[in-house]
Amino acid sequence: MLLRHTTDKIIEREALTVNPAKTCQPVGAMYAALGIHGCLPHSHGSQGCCSYHRSVLTRHYKEPVMAATSSFTEGSSVFGGQANLLQAINTIFSVYNPDVIAVHSTCLSETIGDDLTQIIAKAKEEGNVPNGKYVFHANTPSYVGSHVTGYANMVTAMVKTFSMKSSTKKNQVNIISGWIEPSDMREIKRIANQMMAKIVLFPDTSDVLDAPMTGKHEFYPKGGVTIPELISTGDSKFTIGLGPLCTLDACIKLENQCKVKFDSLELPIGIQATDTFITALSRAAGVQVPDSLTDERGRLIDIIADMQKYLYGKRVALFGDPDTLVPLTEFLVALDMKPVYIVTGTPDKTFEDRMASILSTKVPEAKYKAGERADTFLLHQWIKQQGVDLLIGNTYGKYIARDENIPFVRLGFPILDRVGHSYFPMVGYAGAMNLVTKILDVIMDKIDREVPEEKVELVM
Amino acid sequence: MNAILKDRNSQITRAGADTKTIVCNKPSLAGAVSQRACVFCGSRVVLYPIADALHLIHGPIGCAAYTWDIRGAMSSGPEIHRMSFSTDLHEKDVVFGGEKKLEAALLELIDAYNPKAAFVYSTCIVGVIGDDIESICRKVQALKQIPVIPVHAPGFQGTKKDGYRAACEALEVLVGTGNRPAQEFSINILGDFNLAGELWILIDYYKRMGIHINATITGDGRVEDIANAHKAQLNVVQCSGSMMYLAKQMKEKYGIPFMKVSYFGIEDMSDALYEVATFFKNNDMLAKAKEIVRLEFARLMPELAVYKQALQGKKAAIYVGGSFKAISLIKALRLIGVQTVVVGSQTGTADEYEIIKQLCDEGTIIVDDSNPAELSAFVKETKADIFIGGVKERPIAYKIGLGFCDHNHERKEALAGYEGMLNFAKEIYATAMSPVWKFTK
Repeated sequence: MLLRHTTDKIIEREALTVNPAKTCQPVGAMYAALGIHGCLPHSHGSQGCCSYHRSVLTRHYKEPVMAATSSFTEGSSVFGGQANLLQAINTIFSVYNPDVIAVHSTCLSETIGDDLTQIIAKAKEEGNVPNGKYVFHANTPSYVGSHVTGYANMVTAMVKTFSMKSSTKKNQVNIISGWIEPSDMREIKRIANQMMAKIVLFPDTSDVLDAPMTGKHEFYPKGGVTIPELISTGDSKFTIGLGPLCTLDACIKLENQCKVKFDSLELPIGIQATDTFITALSRAAGVQVPDSLTDERGRLIDIIADMQKYLYGKRVALFGDPDTLVPLTEFLVALDMKPVYIVTGTPDKTFEDRMASILSTKVPEAKYKAGERADTFLLHQWIKQQGVDLLIGNTYGKYIARDENIPFVRLGFPILDRVGHSYFPMVGYAGAMNLVTKILDVIMDKIDREVPEEKVELVM
Repeated sequence: MNAILKDRNSQITRAGADTKTIVCNKPSLAGAVSQRACVFCGSRVVLYPIADALHLIHGPIGCAAYTWDIRGAMSSGPEIHRMSFSTDLHEKDVVFGGEKKLEAALLELIDAYNPKAAFVYSTCIVGVIGDDIESICRKVQALKQIPVIPVHAPGFQGTKKDGYRAACEALEVLVGTGNRPAQEFSINILGDFNLAGELWILIDYYKRMGIHINATITGDGRVEDIANAHKAQLNVVQCSGSMMYLAKQMKEKYGIPFMKVSYFGIEDMSDALYEVATFFKNNDMLAKAKEIVRLEFARLMPELAVYKQALQGKKAAIYVGGSFKAISLIKALRLIGVQTVVVGSQTGTADEYEIIKQLCDEGTIIVDDSNPAELSAFVKETKADIFIGGVKERPIAYKIGLGFCDHNHERKEALAGYEGMLNFAKEIYATAMSPVWKFTK
């Protein structure tokens, strides 16, 4: 038993986080920055930060992840990291030649008080940023929020730096993507394409972190939103932000900066959230919903109808990021399942309200918690008190799943022990089909494995 | 894109033609996509396998999250080391200090998990806000009556290598505090982390020779064994980069001699057994060592021959953490017909790079603290077929159509000892010969 120390008795903890359901800001900033074409993320801090973020992204995507670091030393912690960043910008443009460097800070550089705006301005003044190239930054102190906050800050920085309003409006809709997989971003583009809606999706990590094997290592793979596209977002006619925690700030910034109105929606996970997204996109882009999408929706409902008795009443525990958990919980309720325990390490003031509106009448017994000490240790203690039939979360859920023999669907970040998440979406109707199939597979595999021999059913 | 940074020329050399001594132990250039990590990382990987101690990371959540059970260091008993504990510092802690939170977290943890000792890692930010970890540790130690040991590991205070030293300093605090009777023919195994159960293979060989294993530091490590480490007659050190400091300190303090060994490849493995037997000046032991080597050779060689025949003429590139391991790998690869054409490490030493230069064929590229662009260029130039490295190198190797073997944290099969040599050969064979590569041509 890996988690043999976990008991059903809730231990009062004031200071301690055990087996966290979150990580720190900079990795989110790095992931978001990879969604710009030709961008080299840069970590302004110690070497270890950059190494850890690259490692965890590499393990999650099984793809090369390129990022540079300011390589702080004892001296930088005393005199500040300005010299390091100036040298880094110089080195990066002369050696790696990106279109853009996306700098993010770390707990160290924030605490010693490096002023990134000023340092980057100095680099420009000194002529170390070649013509047509960009350096921008997001402040991502690791001791505030979580990896989700870092993602949000980097996305907002993209708007702040690039979105520009010219004299002519463009017939296009911005879709600001929350933290989802390259597969999901690809799926959103596919949906928009089916609807013949012209969109600019950012960030966009498809064709960056799911690059095909060609025998060549592309330092800058072909995917990612381009700088001209980012600039043009200021002329778009509308913005849809998917996942409020990751994108609401960026939406507001874009409205203030360029007067582009917006809708802030949940991530399109499950039937209702996808309906909402497609309706919003259809309205914003002034396009019809094609039959092909209505058919997809029909096929999704068909699967659920066919298999409802295996879903009904099943108790589910889930952990991950708020923007994913909210629509996912809504979807589980729609599947007639009971999401009973939900934790996220990411602090989110709206989480409880959002969850309550979904769960208070349908699953009144549900427990949910966000922020400090809402970790997988707490989730496990709840599970020990009364068991569940399904666990959904990132790879770290496998300890609980194994100890408690719970069917387990991997969803979230990081997934270190399976493939597929970067190739098969969870958003949209197709993504929902994928999700419900995964859920059914693990639940039914357990039935097949464990029912008494005489009860083994060939036809299910 | 220039593959090689101008400032890095001194850190690259070639066997044979180039007489230049490689420059190493140099901080990375700011802005380089370096494959290196930090002080915290070094200390964490070294201490992590001590399974009945708790490892509390004092800092924002990231440092704990990224090092949560990422290294398959196996334990034969308790597994507290596989949990992730953090003080999860927030903005208010950064402003007002995290000492109270640290103390509370330690007390909560010790009550809940009943560990035999606690290691408290300070991270970058703690180094800057100036929490007095020492005094908190002393206080909790007095209260809970277990060793509570600070590990000084702010990331910016050096490289991963400095983290090894911080870990050794923490271990030093523990060594010498135990009071177990000494045993004859007893050794400590230093620098094996029991990845994929490798330590257990080595223990088996040593036991067959009549040697008593006093403490394993830190693979499958236990606090009590380490506290009694000073009772051993000999320290046998692998992964010298991480553990040599502790071995030297123990020689100075307790007069325990040490020897440096490698368990990778059959030559080095056999040498290790012979050298330990020779140290004890015991003919019976030496005879047993010879018997082990004879038996294992007889079993292994016919199996290896199959792989050697298939792999003859293949070329390998190596990029690993320390240069000492690279030496063993070059020899092990040679045994299965594979020529090494690129050798590099994150934190190698000048002496070891010199040995590598002597060992390798003319033209072999030798590099310190490399980066993906360089490595890709070297591989292309030398037409390597296989890459041996760690997590960040793997996907690059695959993308350019090379076979890959993880000789780092993510190895899933034991690669040490004679069994390990066979596993290594199988892994190299499987990846070099995989049919997938023919689809990329």
